[in-house]
Amino acid sequence: MIPSAELVDLSRLQFAVTALYHFLFVPLTLGLSFLLVIMESVYVMTGKEVYRDMTRFWGKLFGINFALGVTTGLTMEFQFGTNWAYYSHYVGDIFGVPLAIEGLMAFFLESTFVGLFFFGWNKLSKVQHLMVTFLVALGSNLSALWILIANGWMQNPVGAEFNYHTMRMEMTSITDLLFNPVAQVKFVHTVSAGYVTASMFVLGISAYYLLIGRDKAFAMRSIAVAAGFGLASALSVIVLGDASGYTVGEVQRVKLAAIEAEWHTEKAPVAITAFGFPNEATQRTDYAIRIPYLLGLIATRSVDEQITGIAELREENEAKIRNGMIAYSVLEKLRAGDASDETKMLFEKYKANLGYGLLLKKYTPDVADATEEQIRMASRDTIPGIAPMFWTFRIMVAISLVILFIISASFYYVAKRSIAEKKWLLKLALYSIPLPWIACEMGWIVAEYGRQPWTISGILPTRLSTSNLDPSSVYFSLAGFVGFYTLLLVAELYLMFKYARLGPQSLHTGQYGSA
Amino acid sequence: MLFDYETLKLIWWLFVGVLLVGFAVTDGFDLGVGALLPFLGKNDEERRVIINSVGATWEGNQVWFVTAGGAIFAAWPIVYATAFSGFYIALMLTLFALFFRPVGFDYRSKVADPRWRSVWDWGLFAGGFVPALIFGVAFGNLLQGVPFSFDNDLRVTYSGNFWQLLNPFGLLAGTVSLAMLLMHGSIYLQIRTEGVIAARARFVTRVTGAVFILAFVLAGVWIMRGIEGYRIVTMLPADAVSTPLDKVVEKAAGAWMDNYSGHHWLWLAPLLAIVGALLAIVASGTKKTIAAFISSSVMIAGVIFTAGIAMFPFIMPSSTDPGSSLTIWDAVSSHKTLQIMFWVVVIFLPIVLAYTSWVYRVLRGKITVESIRANEHNVY
Repeated sequence: MIPSAELVDLSRLQFAVTALYHFLFVPLTLGLSFLLVIMESVYVMTGKEVYRDMTRFWGKLFGINFALGVTTGLTMEFQFGTNWAYYSHYVGDIFGVPLAIEGLMAFFLESTFVGLFFFGWNKLSKVQHLMVTFLVALGSNLSALWILIANGWMQNPVGAEFNYHTMRMEMTSITDLLFNPVAQVKFVHTVSAGYVTASMFVLGISAYYLLIGRDKAFAMRSIAVAAGFGLASALSVIVLGDASGYTVGEVQRVKLAAIEAEWHTEKAPVAITAFGFPNEATQRTDYAIRIPYLLGLIATRSVDEQITGIAELREENEAKIRNGMIAYSVLEKLRAGDASDETKMLFEKYKANLGYGLLLKKYTPDVADATEEQIRMASRDTIPGIAPMFWTFRIMVAISLVILFIISASFYYVAKRSIAEKKWLLKLALYSIPLPWIACEMGWIVAEYGRQPWTISGILPTRLSTSNLDPSSVYFSLAGFVGFYTLLLVAELYLMFKYARLGPQSLHTGQYGSA
Repeated sequence: MLFDYETLKLIWWLFVGVLLVGFAVTDGFDLGVGALLPFLGKNDEERRVIINSVGATWEGNQVWFVTAGGAIFAAWPIVYATAFSGFYIALMLTLFALFFRPVGFDYRSKVADPRWRSVWDWGLFAGGFVPALIFGVAFGNLLQGVPFSFDNDLRVTYSGNFWQLLNPFGLLAGTVSLAMLLMHGSIYLQIRTEGVIAARARFVTRVTGAVFILAFVLAGVWIMRGIEGYRIVTMLPADAVSTPLDKVVEKAAGAWMDNYSGHHWLWLAPLLAIVGALLAIVASGTKKTIAAFISSSVMIAGVIFTAGIAMFPFIMPSSTDPGSSLTIWDAVSSHKTLQIMFWVVVIFLPIVLAYTSWVYRVLRGKITVESIRANEHNVY
């Protein structure tokens, strides 16, 4: 028996809501923690008190954000077991490892020292306190590393194979898991995006102080740090963007084709579709504006490799589904006790495509006897919706370019010492504060919606991954999450606005004025 | 590989026990302090003293919980899957209650409005009380067996509901856990505070200590006399591939006493629980707060291992299909994963303990109303 469509949709909705909500807080933690390290380093080296106050003030905002990051992170840790029990059983042997290491190596570090960051100012030497701040930043960024190793494995499941005795995936190589190219690229891309988010946050709020003519010295120094750190990070997001991660792994290739609306394989050199309207019915992109060579350069770092199109990928997948049907029928024999060498060898030959066979479970319990029509429907399922992929990706990229412009312009005028007079730029920076968050969320939608119909690419369909729950239980929890998260977000934004408006006078050092 | 599969399976039972003890000893007092907050702090300043006694360190303590969850996911994946999905509503309630802690600590004192502060005070109460109770209830139900079974694909179906968890024995186990953590929290408060708050906490230690001993002994008698335990009749060899479907299990009165009657030295665990509680009460009464804290930590370790030993080698017995029960021999990860995770724990746990102790040393000392006033804008 497989879970009902209603239950699967509800579970997906709950995971999407809680994960996207969690990631409202993560990027700021990742980036602001390192900005605090930079500010405090300057304080330790120069002894100028304004840098200590900067560390403390931006640290206060860091704390308000951090609290919700922890709250919502706990949900993610629970949710694999509560709502995705079959997934947890099926891949826990590998997937659980980076999660457990994250706890022991990273989350402990970050959480143990974050208290000392706030309460250790008078109990530690300057250098000791700086070290504490650094360990918080290191812990939160290591935490991202392990989570993205886990997530990268969902996109490109290397170093594991199916064991028919235990009915699950088991680890064959820890180094493959750790050095998964998809995970590496994802990590760099994600933390850089976090650094950009934090830079825009500091930049925008400091711009506000300059606009209302308050705490100028404090704001100017904050902008200088944010613009410098932000520029390096924004370039890294774009240059080291995860386009290069789309050439390995089966689902990654599907995503690339979907993002670019590559309906058919195109001969190298491959052009990029900058703009257009993907049309699912006609399988083509209307009004496409194409730039020659560019996609080949970005995705394959070459001009002579082609990129497989959607129609061809679907054909490949149909062949894999047929192999998967064989794997499934052999697996049934093995489970029934047939231990002959011939059966085992047959399974070895086809088991890599077992997951494709499982795609048919959505249509028939008898995978081995699926009809041509069912095979065709399952192969159509292997391609996610093209338009959502195409648009979310383009919104993300467009926002990145706007941010790059704001940060570069700020950097330029900081260097020319005239940023305080550029009201237009200050206003633009202030009102652009939400942009990096939108870009981050779009990025996750591209990565995770693009992985459908799989939870583990090519291995385990989403449709089979959930717990056997009564939908009413999931309605209850979903309502609870939406209710609690809304209230918590209101409280968080209220405090964030309150303290951002107060500015450094909230430190009560007596040095900063009110406007 | 350094250890054979069977040994690693055994080691991982110990590791999970150690992680649970680590969680209950460290975050346990945070839960206890949270649940006592509205009662031991009679005004805003007193409540701030109580909050700040754990405010700087609770966050690291909570990671024991997260890590225990992660370690169970990695080492006992099918247990993680079965327990978390089976106890769905209970876990969601725990989770919602825990939501109040990060924001309760950090946000409460950032706004002066007494209504705002009161909401978070009760939030911190719920964030301590609900998990402390539910963790005990969950253990109480594990001891009775819970209704689940697997199909041939190892997909689990849980046939009970939330209300069935709240049976008399489950609630008694919840009382044990609640009293234990309230007592532990009240002892920690005696270390970190003085004057009227410490005096009230001392009273709480006596009351909850007595309740704990009573409830714990009662639960023990109930297990000996009234509750059917589980016993493996036949199974695959202990070093065999891990799959929970190839064994025969019987339900039998007194089966949970098998390990204790086979190995008398195991009685040490329940003994430590009771002696630890008694010593903690005495030490608290004579204001030897550190000694009281060590005693109550021993008590906690004693309680967790008492339950673990009774059930050994079971982790999650199934009441509806005993053959589907999950044990340390057949609900675990592959040999390779257990080996890798062994090294991770052996390397990182000592490091965690080292820097955690350093942080506690830096932050030691009493929290007083005066110290709160002096740092009004920088403390919780």
